[in-house]
Amino acid sequence: MAKYPTEQLKCWSKAKELREEFYKNFAQAKDKGGLRWMGSAWAFDAVPSGLGEDVYCVTGEPYGATCAFDRPLSQKFLNASANYGFARDLCAYMRNYWGSILCNKYALGGKFPKADFSWSQHICCSHAKWYQNACELEGGVPLYCVDVGAGAYPPFEPEMYAHRIKYVSDQLLEGIEWLQKVTGREFNDELFAKAAWNDIRSTYKWAQICMLNRATPAPLDEKSIYSFYVFGTLQKSNKAFADFYDELYDEVKDRVDRGIAAVPNEQKRIMTDTQPPWGFLKIYRYMEEWGVVSIGSLYTFGLEGMWLYDDEKHEFTPRPMPEQKPRTREEICTMLADWHLSKPEYQHFYHPEYKTKMMDSIAKNWKTDGIILHYNRGCEGLSVGIAENRLGLIERGNKVMAYEGNMGDANEFDEAATIKRLDIFMESLGLSKPA
Amino acid sequence: MITAGIESGAKNTKVVIMDNDKILCKNMVLTGFDQRLAVKRAFEDALKAGNLSKDKIEKIGATGSGKDFVEIADVNVNDIKAMGKAANYFFSNARTVVDVGSEEGRTVKINENGDIEDFVINEKCAAGAGSFIEAMARALEVDLEEMGPLALTSDKEIGMNAQCVVFAESEVVGLIHAKTATNDISRAIHDSMASRIVSMIRRIGVNEDIVVMGGVGRNPGFITPIQRELNVEKIYVPDEPEFGPALGAALVAAL
Repeated sequence: MAKYPTEQLKCWSKAKELREEFYKNFAQAKDKGGLRWMGSAWAFDAVPSGLGEDVYCVTGEPYGATCAFDRPLSQKFLNASANYGFARDLCAYMRNYWGSILCNKYALGGKFPKADFSWSQHICCSHAKWYQNACELEGGVPLYCVDVGAGAYPPFEPEMYAHRIKYVSDQLLEGIEWLQKVTGREFNDELFAKAAWNDIRSTYKWAQICMLNRATPAPLDEKSIYSFYVFGTLQKSNKAFADFYDELYDEVKDRVDRGIAAVPNEQKRIMTDTQPPWGFLKIYRYMEEWGVVSIGSLYTFGLEGMWLYDDEKHEFTPRPMPEQKPRTREEICTMLADWHLSKPEYQHFYHPEYKTKMMDSIAKNWKTDGIILHYNRGCEGLSVGIAENRLGLIERGNKVMAYEGNMGDANEFDEAATIKRLDIFMESLGLSKPA
Repeated sequence: MITAGIESGAKNTKVVIMDNDKILCKNMVLTGFDQRLAVKRAFEDALKAGNLSKDKIEKIGATGSGKDFVEIADVNVNDIKAMGKAANYFFSNARTVVDVGSEEGRTVKINENGDIEDFVINEKCAAGAGSFIEAMARALEVDLEEMGPLALTSDKEIGMNAQCVVFAESEVVGLIHAKTATNDISRAIHDSMASRIVSMIRRIGVNEDIVVMGGVGRNPGFITPIQRELNVEKIYVPDEPEFGPALGAALVAAL
């Protein structure tokens, strides 16, 4: 029974086109004499933009998720990776990515486009090895990795000390020298400045969009959020993506003003955590049949959205944009380092309690009735401490359900058992199974 | 109100017929490969046992892994809810409920009304389910009913390392070849299974009183190590623990 009006998102097709164009640009970069790079979705992608306007990237995590969404294709890639000798308990995105190289098959069609260099980031124990192996599999591609292990951001530590920011910004400055050396191109600081500001714009605006989901009814459901947050993971410094987020914000704001719901029979609100099992997003639609909307997660909000957590007020709000645009290369690198070190998804690498606090703040401020945790065997980084988060969230009065699965390996997801758990959880929230 | 609860389980199908809070009759048959036929037989025999006709039954609740095969049901009750309600019926102070069926182990935290507060299910590994003991009884060539009492005669702790029932069987065969006494092996098997279930109980918190249901509740070799590991004075088990979920379904049908 519909409680609220609903309508399709107008910018949906534009999102689809932008994503397709992004992957096509990477595949066709060489036709235009351009450069290709590969790296993590967390990488400082504004930096390689200083090499020219014909530099395109593919970021491994969203690419791995794209593979996982196509289960038969993903199975081929996973098998290829296993046959090569990579262990089955490693990061599932990584295994899909390696399998894609080994099969010489691009998930978006055609042969796998080899990169000219890799520009990545050490965020977890898998990422460095991911691109080390990818570079070897692609025949010896040069690799540069930025280490971001600089410590947690306030309020989790008293302050973000200048020397910690410098630790990261110095690596970016050194990386610029490295990029010039391996590509033979001169670095353009003007292009870099523009890209860096687009990064700030898109990551700020994404957080603003997620704030709109505090409204009841929620204007966005998490399955749709997955289709939009992805732009931050593809290339947050991309001007087209930053502009798109402005457009999306206006549309979502309009939905809130007019009371347009993502799920017209919204009765209960939940939040989730970490990457979902990409091949089984239908579980979100299943929950909607019960009248449940997933309003998002720390993962979808904070992977590419920039927020600040206020420990005293237990509030989670978008981090304000820097007041002034930086002028020099050094200033840009410092701004980027400081901005990204406050990323919520970095903080919980330092202590699970930080994540519990931020998640509980989302639960309270976005008015959720329950939390569903994915014990994601495919991602060591984002799953670390999740069982402790479960206990912490229960202690804080949340109803929590956990299920086991894998974001990128369908073999590790039990659909029937998960549906059964969801039934039990939905009923425990006071809902009745739809007829 | 007369209601019936039918549990279509992986191994057995059980029926409990109740008049409000009073159990009128119950029945259990092997499920076999035809769940619908098992439901029909179990239900008809239960009616006969209670000298009742079908039209006297006002509501039927179905639960268990085969609940969708109970076509005569008015309401489908999830297994966790059914066991929570049943535990609350038998022991009003029950707060932690353990149900070990043939293919699943479950632990649930319930409130004073028998409603679910938190739950954990192990459906990935037979080492936390009743079929584990059955498989091990076959390996030891001991009757299933003898396994528990046999375990209680042992005073030796032998660790079993295998996490998987298939490998655990290999380990048991290894112990047999090493001339380990049968009662010590039986204890090792029960201790191993109890430790899986205890870890599930710890995940929802040890909230007394603890109730064990499901057929494994009859097995003292399983109850004793749980009690020992949790360091609790008593584990509560209803007289016929295997009928718990069916009874819970009958209670929910009456709501």
